[in-house]
Amino acid sequence: MGLPNYWRTQSQRYRLVGEICGHCGAKLFPPRDVCPECSQPAYEPFTFSGRGEVYSHSTILHAPRDYEEFVPYTVALIKLEEGPLVTAQLTDVDAGKAYIGMPVEMVTRKQREDGEDGAIVYGYKFRPVLQ
Amino acid sequence: MRDVSIIGIGQTKVGENWEKSLRQLAGEAVLAAMRDASIEMADILYVGNMLSGEIAAQEHLGALVADFVGLRGIEAVKVEAACASGAAALRQAYIAVAGGVADVAIACGVEKMTDEVGEVVTGALALAGDGEYETFHGLSFVAINALLMQRYMYEFGWKHRDFAAFAVNAHKNAVGNPYAMFPKPITVEQFEQARLIADPINLMDSSPVADGAAAVVLCPTEQARAFTDNAVRIAASAVATDAIAVHDRPDPLFLQAVYISAQKAYHQAGISPQDVDLFEAHDAFTIMAALSLEACGFAARGQGVRLAQEGDIALDGRIPISTMGGLKGRGHPVGATGVYQVVEVVQQLRGQAGANQIKDAHWGMAQNIGGSGATVITHIMEALS
Repeated sequence: MGLPNYWRTQSQRYRLVGEICGHCGAKLFPPRDVCPECSQPAYEPFTFSGRGEVYSHSTILHAPRDYEEFVPYTVALIKLEEGPLVTAQLTDVDAGKAYIGMPVEMVTRKQREDGEDGAIVYGYKFRPVLQ
Repeated sequence: MRDVSIIGIGQTKVGENWEKSLRQLAGEAVLAAMRDASIEMADILYVGNMLSGEIAAQEHLGALVADFVGLRGIEAVKVEAACASGAAALRQAYIAVAGGVADVAIACGVEKMTDEVGEVVTGALALAGDGEYETFHGLSFVAINALLMQRYMYEFGWKHRDFAAFAVNAHKNAVGNPYAMFPKPITVEQFEQARLIADPINLMDSSPVADGAAAVVLCPTEQARAFTDNAVRIAASAVATDAIAVHDRPDPLFLQAVYISAQKAYHQAGISPQDVDLFEAHDAFTIMAALSLEACGFAARGQGVRLAQEGDIALDGRIPISTMGGLKGRGHPVGATGVYQVVEVVQQLRGQAGANQIKDAHWGMAQNIGGSGATVITHIMEALS
């Protein structure tokens, strides 16, 4: 993935901006422009709170290219409090300590670096809610 | 629409075929299928493949393979639908023959995976998921399946050990398949002690990276007798899709596209799940086998694992799966797998499955799943002889 992609997806990746369907009110993340619930156009932006809970999780020990240096890291499906599921990494949680139902909140963190001279890519991750 | 039959099959041994290139693998399978069908010419060739551009540094496979097998000049294109690319190629060949566009069509599935190292292949396979919203976050394809398995175990109370029966069955059946990558049995203990890849999925839950190619030749059923006495009829060919990302599915543990594809297939064939004598399931991971059995109607929700534990999936069970080793034992050269499955069903329905023969097999089903369930292609075959 290259720079234009990182630039184009900033509002999703930094602020969790999705969409809300003007017809049925469904809240959508990632944005998809057509509501999967009622098949009507959905262009109105909607910013999610970033709060939710872990729906499922996995700690990766064998990573794809560009992610090897982060092993082991934990990925999860997060059930946002507004409804949608989102796929992301967990952060500030030790390998093996995540559990289904764990309350989490969105934070902006470094995802990876595109080589020594490339972009440092940022995006959302989720951490346990600070007590 | 014309009724369509399979009149020839061909396959290469699945494995790490260092000495063979992608074109050689495809050529071997296509030429074997053409010999089996007693044909020297075809009207059209579809090549199912997922990763040739990423791993084998080659695209444009339609022309490449057609030329390489001596069919220069015919219509030929590559078909891609992630891990369902093989069955997608067969589906196109079926449409061409059924619709009267071609009288003889060849579908070939081929994947050359060992020309690159592990993390490159892992990254390439992840392209089956949602690039911007799954793989961007460092998810491997294994991890996407691991998220499903973790939730499945939580909701239905299964332990990791309970899934062993799928892998044990697959390896046991691979022993009787001379084309299988791993023709050796495994034990539950070996399953439990295997190296973790993305918890809870370990190496023994997972089908292996491999090279391989398989091919089938199709023609109208009414012309099949002119070529062969052991034609097998395609009674159903059905494709369904779902959201590509797991997070975009309202109910991630029910594979909606599996359900729709299977229901369409049963309807086309005029049968119900109880009539199916064997099922080549897409057991890329043990969790996929369970979810597929459930959405196809062979097991109640959350109970696919029980089917394996109670022996229902064995060769002499109620619904034998992975009868020639499945993706786990035969190997999973991704874009070729869908064609291997159908070749194996044809072997069973012809009575050519050797030690793994299912007695009196009449209806055989093959299901190829792309990604974590976003493209699902189900074929049902019927024995004619």
